[in-house]
Amino acid sequence: MGEQEKTGVELLDISSPANFPYDYSCGKIGSFFFKALRDQQKFYGRKCSECGKVYIPPRPVCGPCYAPTNEWVEVGPQGVLECFTVVHFSFLDPMTGKKRPVPYGYGLIKLDRADSRIQHFLSESDASRLKVGMRMEAVFNEEREGKLSDIKWFKPVE
Amino acid sequence: MARKAAIIAAGQTYHKSKRRDVNIVELIHEAVKACLEDAQMGPKDIDAVLIGNMEHFEGVYNPDLWAVDATGALMKHALKITTGGTTGASVAHAGYYHVASGLFDCVLCIGWEKQSDGDTTAGLIFQSDPLFERSNMAGAIGTFALAASEYMDRFGISEEQAAKVAVKNRGNAVNNPYAHLRRPVTVQDVLTSPPLAHPIKLLDMCPTSDGACAIIVASEEVARKKSPNKPAWFKALATRHDQPFNSDLPLLINMRTLQSAAKEAYKQAGITNPRKQFDVAEFYEPCTFAELSWYEALGFCELGGGGKLIDSGVTEMTGELPVNPSGGVISTNCIGATAMIRVAEAALQVMGKAGARQVDGVKTALATGFGGSFWTEITILEGN
Repeated sequence: MGEQEKTGVELLDISSPANFPYDYSCGKIGSFFFKALRDQQKFYGRKCSECGKVYIPPRPVCGPCYAPTNEWVEVGPQGVLECFTVVHFSFLDPMTGKKRPVPYGYGLIKLDRADSRIQHFLSESDASRLKVGMRMEAVFNEEREGKLSDIKWFKPVE
Repeated sequence: MARKAAIIAAGQTYHKSKRRDVNIVELIHEAVKACLEDAQMGPKDIDAVLIGNMEHFEGVYNPDLWAVDATGALMKHALKITTGGTTGASVAHAGYYHVASGLFDCVLCIGWEKQSDGDTTAGLIFQSDPLFERSNMAGAIGTFALAASEYMDRFGISEEQAAKVAVKNRGNAVNNPYAHLRRPVTVQDVLTSPPLAHPIKLLDMCPTSDGACAIIVASEEVARKKSPNKPAWFKALATRHDQPFNSDLPLLINMRTLQSAAKEAYKQAGITNPRKQFDVAEFYEPCTFAELSWYEALGFCELGGGGKLIDSGVTEMTGELPVNPSGGVISTNCIGATAMIRVAEAALQVMGKAGARQVDGVKTALATGFGGSFWTEITILEGN
């Protein structure tokens, strides 16, 4: 039932709970990266042919140099937590169509030998147990499919 | 050589979480009608219509098509522009370029968003990279929470200092009849408000609003002969985009797009001492911490000095350089309109038409836009 507002008109909404799936190509570079996660539990960054910057996520072109990346460099699986949060508010996850479970921690981790950062879940969902500058390491799932969620999360190095 | 161009009129809707009394087209029409009335013009006086929002937030695509009757774009040059949070400023800048080019004389620019028709956090996740970011990112709140943690760690910025931004801006919104949230808050209210994503609490963050804004950008001839308002001339503008991933960016640490855009726009406008030369600024501050860090990137204070600047009161209504007399984005956030409201509010200040939120004697005003992956649009307006 619509509510009555000042206009005195009964106001209606029309719902559209559509299921509209997408399939995203990983391309050559993404496929290499995700296969290495799946089969070797290893991270590879992509190195710029001019400035030598090693990018995670890997990509074909270095924006600042506008030069191709041309080399795979193994990075991680440990790194430094450069920023973090613990999410408390609940929201619709467009990847699943359901509310994403909260609380959860996520952050940006600079993997060893990489020059940019990877964004991922953290094992901790208590902010008091996290600190900028902490050493972190990747924890992989037993079952892996060749996607980012093959990494369960990053946990503090003991 | 670019022609001079000015904002000669502005109109906006009343903003709230759910404007259920109007649909999208009616919402847009409300702002357009207010703007045309402000200009004492009709659609016949307009020779181009530019419109923008974030289409996937509502799932209604090509608003330039659906809203054509309401915008007055029938049988006219019309264009849709979408650049994320910066959309409204991008539309305003496109209005300037249309007029400055000499090809158009009177351009209607519209920004709008009806967030209650969709889910903005889901929409923001959906615009991030599907392979690397969507599974863990948590909309604007999550991104700003990451950024704030790094900013606080680097410069020792406190949650109390951030809270003072909300106190200032929400206090200013009381003077703005169009603002969405018009209840003042205290530092204690902010600090004890529910956690959204550490360290961001409910009152550190902008609301989601339904609303629309429209401005008219006109040539010098139209501005001098037909405008009932004192024109707000475009003095300088600059746009910067950044690399695609949050993980590529310095985030709130001396935001490089804002710093670079400011450098260019200040050079164009001859600004060497922004705190003295600007009379007012309207920031696109999605959260409290952002306003503090952007004082730094814009040269209002030294790097890391944003906390001390808010402590000093410089950016209060009574201070040397009031920031966000309108109440800012923390008080009203209808995304596709938000960055245009910054430009429109800066124009109203220059025109002397900002009512109870007017700063005395404004000659030069700064407006910023924020969007995409920490993108920037800077606009500097001035009076005659």
